[in-house]
Amino acid sequence: MSTTLEHPSTLTVSQTLSGVDALPAHPSLAETLSQTLALAWRATMKMRRNFEQMFDVTIQPILFTAMFAYIFGGAISGDVDAYLPLIITGLIGQTVLTACIATGVQLREDMDKGVFDRFKSLPIARIAPLAGPMLADMLRYLIASVLTFTVGIAMGYRPGGGVLGVAGAIVLAVLAGWSLAWIFAWFGTIGRNAQGVQGISMMVMFPLTFLSNAFVPTETMPGWLRAFADANPVSLVINAIRDLANEGAVTAHVGWAALGLAVVVAIFAPLTVRSYSRRM
Amino acid sequence: MTTSHPSDGGHEPAVQATGLVKTFGTNRAVDGIDLEVVRGEVFGVLGPNGAGKTTMLQMLATLLTIDAGEARVFGQDVRRQPHVVRQLIGVTGQYASVDENLTASENLLLFGRLLGLGSRRARVVGAELLGQFGLEDAADRPISQFSGGMRRRLDLAVSLITRPPLIFLDEPTTGLDPRTRGQMWDTIRTLVGEGSTVLLTTQYLDEADQLAHRIAVIDRGRKVAQGTPDELKSQVGSSTLQLRLADPTRTAAAVDVVRRVAGDEPVLTPEAGGINVPMRDANLAADVLIGLRSEDLLITSATVQKPTLDEVFMALTGHGAEDTGTDGTDGTDGTDGAVDHDTPDSPDSPGRDDRHDRDLETVR
Repeated sequence: MSTTLEHPSTLTVSQTLSGVDALPAHPSLAETLSQTLALAWRATMKMRRNFEQMFDVTIQPILFTAMFAYIFGGAISGDVDAYLPLIITGLIGQTVLTACIATGVQLREDMDKGVFDRFKSLPIARIAPLAGPMLADMLRYLIASVLTFTVGIAMGYRPGGGVLGVAGAIVLAVLAGWSLAWIFAWFGTIGRNAQGVQGISMMVMFPLTFLSNAFVPTETMPGWLRAFADANPVSLVINAIRDLANEGAVTAHVGWAALGLAVVVAIFAPLTVRSYSRRM
Repeated sequence: MTTSHPSDGGHEPAVQATGLVKTFGTNRAVDGIDLEVVRGEVFGVLGPNGAGKTTMLQMLATLLTIDAGEARVFGQDVRRQPHVVRQLIGVTGQYASVDENLTASENLLLFGRLLGLGSRRARVVGAELLGQFGLEDAADRPISQFSGGMRRRLDLAVSLITRPPLIFLDEPTTGLDPRTRGQMWDTIRTLVGEGSTVLLTTQYLDEADQLAHRIAVIDRGRKVAQGTPDELKSQVGSSTLQLRLADPTRTAAAVDVVRRVAGDEPVLTPEAGGINVPMRDANLAADVLIGLRSEDLLITSATVQKPTLDEVFMALTGHGAEDTGTDGTDGTDGTDGAVDHDTPDSPDSPGRDDRHDRDLETVR
């Protein structure tokens, strides 16, 4: 260690102190945004260094797509090819939802680390350490949806919506992932530890996925179950993805999906921010 | 270290806290602490594990809510203006709070960006700090490969990105080897030389003595003493003579001799025949030994040591004797200075009041 710590690139102590009364009382919107981006960058570096944490959006979609298509294809749609337009779009909903679990679990793990104490002591927006990773996780949903489509196409799926329709479906899937992730981020802020968060998240993820139209048409379900499955935001998203990818059409289903996701965000984002700020 | 404390002529003190309280359940971790830190000084908060040092520091650093009382940092209310206060402070925790997933230079880049530096400037400042802390060779290594000392240095470097006027150091050298500790001390002195104010917590009397202009001793969430290192040491004695008698049955006779020669109350250790004698002057040791010899009280060993935190506590709070009943201290543990008591039990426990009226006069 050298004897001097002066560095010309920042203010000196006396410069900072002479302007104490002029220091802002809150971070500005532009600062909040740039802090969120810096923390999103941190999250992507973390993804790069811990590739095993990406299995749920890489290996898993490949495995599940092949597995579900070959197992259920004959039983549900007569043959695998006829099932592909149903299952591939359904699986996109399922993989994105699974990927959301990691958002909550990793948030919990992060919050338990010393580096979060540092975030708390910095003059940064309280929301930035939450918003940063959630922004970066959109990359994970993108990878998951692109891979699922790719595997489907390799298996013979020919989406009727063409390139534009599929691109629209992917954009919707990524936005759906970001919106649904608020549910799991909330679990992340209220759970005692990462295992606990993982536990609750699985318990919620399974009914949300299977009590939907992801794998089977809801017409075959008993009435009460069908009512739930049809109102499930995951079903709304999958309907919209099907219309976009298979028809290339922006239908009412897309509107319903947007509304469903907006409701999820409107409920869970404030809950998350509140319990998170309490921890801060 | 001198006992005078510099001031840059600023108006408000760096820290001014009155009646700080933090309660966890029924445990009053911080129980009404007043504190004033003058600009430009190193203020040491000394106390054992669980005394409430870290809790107090976290309240001042906006990391914990303040349950009662008031705190101001450079005149800014910590409760009402947390964002302003955060722009004035740097916090280096007990456990390195840097990102394990990033390299050293990436950490500095991230925190530079978060603190509002542009990407290019953040890199420049980061490179400068790595050089100043002797970490340039490790710049691109993941933190997981860092030694404890390297992490602590990086942690401090991150806290200095914007040169905050007030730096909180929570046990900055706990767990460091002596050489790294010395380097850390040098760095802290340099910071103060450049105008920063430092509030540090420590379990080591030695560290507080080396660095601090003034010291507050914290025990069970309360301030039990405050003063310059010299003032505190004059309360405790500058050193301790540790004796071991050859014949433990003659302990009482030996205690009489010690009392007569040294004039201080000796403390019996749990081991039979062990006596600790606090001394204002180390040279008294020879007189004590001669006194014992002339009474034919044989010893197996005699060592003169600087007072440990245990002994400071003994002198200031009378704990050891009280906690372990009749046979005196719970032993001196020079390695971590931990005192054998934990969190406050009952605020009304006997003897508590007279323990707290021994505050030294506050130096202003």
